[in-house]
Amino acid sequence: MASLGIRGVTKRFGALAVLENIDLDVEPGEFIVLVGPSGCGKSTLLAMIAGLETPSAGEIRIGGRVVNDVPPKDRDIAMVFQSYALYPTMTVRQNITFGMESRRVPRAQQDAAVARVAALLQIETLLRRRPAQLSGGQRQRVAMGRALVRDPALFLFDEPLSNLDAKLRIEMRTEIKKLHQRLGKTTVYVTHDQVEAMTLASRIAVMHRGRVQQFDRPRIVYERPANMFVAGFMGAPAMNFLAAEVVIADGRPALVLSEGAKSAPLPVPPVGPGVMLRAGRRVVLGIRPETLADAARPHLEPGSAHAVLDGIVEVVEPTGPETMVVVRLGGREVVARFDPDAAPTVGERVSLGVDLAKACLFDPDSERLI
Amino acid sequence: MQYAPSPPSARPRRSLARFLPQAVLAPSLAATFLYVVVFALWSVWIALSNSTLLPDYSYAGFIHFAELWRNHRWTIAYTNLFLFGTLYVIGATLLGLLLAILIDQRVRAEALWRTIFLYPLAISFVVTGTVWRWIFNPTSGVQQLVRDLGWAGFTFDWIVRRDLAIYTVVITGIWQASGFAMALFLAGLRAVDPDLVKAAQIDGARMSRIYLRIILPSIRPIFIAVMVILLQFAIKTFDLVLALTSGGPGISTTVPAIYVYDLMFQRGQLGEGAAAAIMVLLALLLVLVPYGVWIGWQRRRERAHG
Repeated sequence: MASLGIRGVTKRFGALAVLENIDLDVEPGEFIVLVGPSGCGKSTLLAMIAGLETPSAGEIRIGGRVVNDVPPKDRDIAMVFQSYALYPTMTVRQNITFGMESRRVPRAQQDAAVARVAALLQIETLLRRRPAQLSGGQRQRVAMGRALVRDPALFLFDEPLSNLDAKLRIEMRTEIKKLHQRLGKTTVYVTHDQVEAMTLASRIAVMHRGRVQQFDRPRIVYERPANMFVAGFMGAPAMNFLAAEVVIADGRPALVLSEGAKSAPLPVPPVGPGVMLRAGRRVVLGIRPETLADAARPHLEPGSAHAVLDGIVEVVEPTGPETMVVVRLGGREVVARFDPDAAPTVGERVSLGVDLAKACLFDPDSERLI
Repeated sequence: MQYAPSPPSARPRRSLARFLPQAVLAPSLAATFLYVVVFALWSVWIALSNSTLLPDYSYAGFIHFAELWRNHRWTIAYTNLFLFGTLYVIGATLLGLLLAILIDQRVRAEALWRTIFLYPLAISFVVTGTVWRWIFNPTSGVQQLVRDLGWAGFTFDWIVRRDLAIYTVVITGIWQASGFAMALFLAGLRAVDPDLVKAAQIDGARMSRIYLRIILPSIRPIFIAVMVILLQFAIKTFDLVLALTSGGPGISTTVPAIYVYDLMFQRGQLGEGAAAAIMVLLALLLVLVPYGVWIGWQRRRERAHG
């Protein structure tokens, strides 16, 4: 187990900065997920941790040792690739032992390591096959076996599940989580799938345009997103954004929606410590679909800051356990979550209960959380 | 009937769809059968007949083969085929592979290098042979050039030496074909998943080991394609030798293609010419049959383990 420290890491390709001034500190045993849309620089960052790319500036430490000039093989890491990168002409066993052969590990020790990993991943029966004779899930296991056999200080995963079908992806996700709980190795995991990020991570680094937008525990990232990008990226369906303005009602600040539905002033959601909301300030109200629901449903705890908004149903999308309903609130469309039994029909007028205690306020100019 | 009858319009279309691939393939299959199988069998027949200047289909047994092997010129030509074929195929493959690996290291002006190395293939064998004859010629080529530069004792006269002249043919052949091999290898190297190299780097393998154990094995089909194409180049080599050495000095660089041409069209010995051609075919089978057996054995082994 080792810590990982990334200080001021920047990567430029010519004039194009792919990563700018990245700082991340990973504690030993943590499971860090780098998540973001394609092109955000997450895979480049992982490649630099692995030593396959060199940073243009900044410092990378593994277990306290600066590794900027250390070649990949001496960094004590193992990596699982999106394409699995299994050596096509070798058997599964040879794939797993190739690294040990390169490092001249004695034969008996190799055999013991293969046996251990094969038992752990239940691939004993596959050892004599070639990658072409394996299914996608089996290849995934072998790729993990090749990484596990090294017993490294740091595990790196580069979108390891994105080539699997949906059902297998969820199974393997659980297995990866189990493995991490069992082995407790420091892990950096790259994905563009926010569900994978939420389910696996001990901390998530949300990346966008070459910068870390937020680096925190999944719950915090979800409930208190640092900015509108993070708020929109994490969670499906995405958070609803409504423009609003601060007013003073009964001596306390309240919100009035700028466009659409007329309603009584809404209670103000929680804001950061020391923030004073002045009358007339423009804000963006962020509401997750699950906190915007059928007003008749008792999801609103008594005493919580809630309000009711009326709108017209535009689209109804059943998913099984719940039904997503697109509702037009004046000028804006919002997504609300309904119980399938109580789902409205298109064109119906509905009342939506908003739990403002779980809503977020953003600054419309900086897009930051207030 | 078990199945619901298909709509009337669908049936003719379906039979057409089934028939179309065969129909499209039929002409080329027929042509291949005619030109390869029929003509090969015809050659066997002529080789076993009494044909001389004109075909004569009466059976003569193996007299032409016996005649052929009594001829010193033929044994030299046949030996040359094996010597040239082996060195040429291996040499051009290795040089082509080396060039491809070097170009694959993301060199600058890659397209320029590629073009330069591929260019010899665009030049006809006759031009290649003629130019290289000048280069090898002791009084006009490399030997004279080095002597003019001041090294008076320098000797490079392979082309006029009976024992070494065949190697000038090998060198010229390799010069011409290695660029072609390079192009195929380069395409293969480019198709290798770059993640494989990264994975091997993390696994701690040196670059030489990555090439030997991972990259080259995974482009094995390219090796086979290159070697098969070069092999048939080698066997039909004719104009290159004619332009470079005219089979000389003496008869030291004669190859079977020249010999067959000579017998058939210069001396009116159809039967013996056909016999020589059959010997060339046998030489080819000597390489291809073991290869086919090996591939079949490997497939069976893989299936047994799968």
